Amino acid sequence: MQFDASNLIPVLPELFILGVACLVLVVDLYLKDEQRIISYGLAQVGLLLAVFVTLGVSQAGTQIVFDGSYVRDGMSDVLKVAIYLVTFVAFLYSKDYLKERNLFQGEYYVLGLFAVLGMMIMVSANSFLTIYLGLELLSLSLYALVAFDRDSKTGSEAAMKYFVLGAIASGMLLYGISMIYGATGSIGFQEVAAALTTTGMDNTVLVFGLVFVVIGLAFKLGAVPFHMWMPDVYHGAPTSVTLFIGSAPKIAAFALAMRLLVDGLGNLHADWQGMLVILAILSMALGNIIAVAQTNIKRMLAYSTISHVGFILLGILAGTNEGYAASMFYTIVYAMMATGGFGIIILLSRQGFEADELDDYKGLHERSPWFAAMMLLLMFSMAGVPPTVGFWAKLFVLDSIVSVDLTWLALVGVFFSIIGAFYYIRIVKLMYFDKPEDSAPLEAAADMQIVLSINGVSMLVLGLFPATLLAICVRAIG
Amino acid sequence: MSMPILSLSIWIPIIGGLLVLASGDRSPNNARWLALGVSILTFLVSLGLWTGFDVSTAQMQFVERMPWIPTFNVEYYLGVDGISMPLIILTTFITIFVVIAGWEVIQYKPAMYMAAFLIMEGVMVGVFAALDAMLFYVFWEAMLIPMFLIIGVWGGPNRVYATIKFFLYTFFGSVFMLVALIYMYFQSGSMEILEFHGLKLGLTEQILIFIAFLMAFAVKVPMWPVHTWLPDAHVEAPTGGSVILAAIMLKIGGYGFLRFSLPITPDASQSLDWLIIAMSLIAVVYIGFVALVQQDMKKLIAYSSIAHMGFVTLGFFIVFQIAANPANTGGAVLGMEGGMVQMVSHGFISGAMFLCVGVLYDRVHSRNISDYGGVIHTMPIFGAFMVFFGMSNAGLPGTSGFVGEFMVILASFRADFWYAFLAATTLIVGAAYTLWMVKRVVFGEVTSDKVGALEDVNKRELLVLGSLAVAVLLLGLWPAPLVEVMDASIVNLVQHVSVTKL
Repeated sequence: MQFDASNLIPVLPELFILGVACLVLVVDLYLKDEQRIISYGLAQVGLLLAVFVTLGVSQAGTQIVFDGSYVRDGMSDVLKVAIYLVTFVAFLYSKDYLKERNLFQGEYYVLGLFAVLGMMIMVSANSFLTIYLGLELLSLSLYALVAFDRDSKTGSEAAMKYFVLGAIASGMLLYGISMIYGATGSIGFQEVAAALTTTGMDNTVLVFGLVFVVIGLAFKLGAVPFHMWMPDVYHGAPTSVTLFIGSAPKIAAFALAMRLLVDGLGNLHADWQGMLVILAILSMALGNIIAVAQTNIKRMLAYSTISHVGFILLGILAGTNEGYAASMFYTIVYAMMATGGFGIIILLSRQGFEADELDDYKGLHERSPWFAAMMLLLMFSMAGVPPTVGFWAKLFVLDSIVSVDLTWLALVGVFFSIIGAFYYIRIVKLMYFDKPEDSAPLEAAADMQIVLSINGVSMLVLGLFPATLLAICVRAIG
Repeated sequence: MSMPILSLSIWIPIIGGLLVLASGDRSPNNARWLALGVSILTFLVSLGLWTGFDVSTAQMQFVERMPWIPTFNVEYYLGVDGISMPLIILTTFITIFVVIAGWEVIQYKPAMYMAAFLIMEGVMVGVFAALDAMLFYVFWEAMLIPMFLIIGVWGGPNRVYATIKFFLYTFFGSVFMLVALIYMYFQSGSMEILEFHGLKLGLTEQILIFIAFLMAFAVKVPMWPVHTWLPDAHVEAPTGGSVILAAIMLKIGGYGFLRFSLPITPDASQSLDWLIIAMSLIAVVYIGFVALVQQDMKKLIAYSSIAHMGFVTLGFFIVFQIAANPANTGGAVLGMEGGMVQMVSHGFISGAMFLCVGVLYDRVHSRNISDYGGVIHTMPIFGAFMVFFGMSNAGLPGTSGFVGEFMVILASFRADFWYAFLAATTLIVGAAYTLWMVKRVVFGEVTSDKVGALEDVNKRELLVLGSLAVAVLLLGLWPAPLVEVMDASIVNLVQHVSVTKL
């Protein structure tokens, strides 16, 4: 294996984030408690600069480096930029939340940045091994983040559950990968794809491998019936961590699915399409129905996430470039909606009060008309009601599955989204039609208010002008 | 390139509504005057559609077109023909009175109330003007959000139930239409509604698409048996909300049949016309009887709306049976035009009826018929209006209510005697429930102290009711201009649907 320095250019963003994470780790050692804001600032500046680094090394076409184990292409650039920005917003929302709970420590940002690095590796992986490494880096960081509030029993419990189930999922994935390696003799995506075309697909070991890979993937995505960890983790983790887990890693999970199923096992599309159909239908059904029964908004959003995952799977299983682009659009939009939604929860919470019960939203309209309107936009966007962007996300996905003659699946999708509409508009009902029980004023730093407003308004703006983002996704999938 | 009248009619009220919202509740009067100004300005702008309209053609006019989402061929494509233009004018006209009617009554967040109605107005104009299926759908669904808030925030005691039911019913109806639209997009490669009109489709496809549309439009109209959200929504909505619901939102369902169901799936419409005709006649007869026993004035008018809308759908779908009789497109055109006239006229009359109830409710805070009696002794001017609108609701010749019903009944005679017979029972039942209500509320002895202490309509209410009365009379005595405007489009539509797509 020859080392070529030019190999390093496409991975500059990864190196940069790694550097920032290490820098924060070291600098934080020398900071007093009241100076932690420096760690925070470093992490944030690092994330913003990473956008430029990524755009700087971006170029037309695909570059494959490190002996075919790493790839930089249009999709990886777009998804990485989305990950930085979503993480940036998530860190920004959580700053005051962490301060109020004595969790404002440098490690939070170090773990966060390592998670980002893991996501970037997943996004850019070009072999089964690389993608596994990225996934583990992400997962380990997230386990630690969930348990970040050491004194919280629910947090520790959630972290344990997450860790055990995550480890099982990783094991499944690895087992599947080993079978695929056994059947094809390779772990590089292109080599596997090539082997599949020559040897054919009629191979039991291969299909078993595929099943295990899909199970591992479904665990990570949180698709039914491998969704059990999501409500507990969402509920148990500190809200700032839930916000983080619920947003950026979903983008990485989408990339995981794309790299594994499309790049690596694209030739087995006929096999995994059926599996994804089942996962998608179950996710949309169970997610939407169970969300109706929730009284805790974090749990509700967890089930809502499950149903959104079902929709994301719909686009992928279509197996066309339009479908992939639609899913990518959906994922990015979903990440924005999730950050906004959890951002509102953080906005409402204060020291000693988590604002995670649905009843805490009663009469928000009287307390803060502006942020009630933001939440209204976010909820209608999640429900997929035009003119918000959530509608277009659903529409593009539906478009793509109708185009492959799965109209019945589109009907199933819209049917469950009607059920979904109910629990989203229930939040609107609580905010607008009920009287407030809690009259404490909403206090938040100006930066959070501004970014949260942009986040909410963007639901409407992107809903009126979805063409640009869609064009970016289409071009990225190419 | 002349003025983009359609875009202006859509965006002036929406942007105006946002301005009203921004002006806030600190000085409610500013918000009210601003809202009134915006609604009048929109009406004046939209009048340009009437004056500049070319009645000799069925082509789309005032067309505006630009790409919106190029990847999916979605365009910002607006235009009107003789079917949509009168409905746009109706929308902008009625909104003015909704703003005036909420002037003093709405004390809780008046700016937001006015803003919701203005945004609603723009969106509804958009529904009528959109010629791109996705644009249409976006406007169609966007209507739900302001209406959901209007009923939920300013509604009566049971408002939450009513508004969630309203939202879910209509949402349920429309998502299946979305799938049908996507399906047709892949068949035609275009999102243009006019392109869909010419699209060849097999009978099975047509029937499935027809059913998807039916779910959307039947809920909106509403047709029996999916009408149950309407009485709830009407009873709980504030007066303005009821007016918009009855006068315009229901028309959007009827408009959908004309713009989508009939021209896109003519063969399915023909083979399933018995279903629609049966549903319409049940609405006319059965719902008429249901209206008879109502104790709540708003509920009574709501049921009467359902019955009247039954006429509209009847008029639209008897076309095929008339054409099956010795070739007679004249009768078919008559039925459709009757349905259209009925829609416009019902917009005025039901709006006026709800405003009448609103006038009483503001004073007595009850909608129960039994709480009233002898209103005419204390409110003579109002009593006269209420009797007048009651008469027109019952279809008295000389009022607009008569014209549409008469045209539809006349046309249904050419289809089948029994259709006409059943439809004509409304002349009796409709008169019975309306006039009986008027009798119990307006006439007789003064029954309670509350009624005895009533004050007659003020200038504001007089203006609203007076203007609507003029409109009802004008349309009743001289419907020719309205019929003339829509004639070319309807004739074209009838020709289009009589050609099979198979």
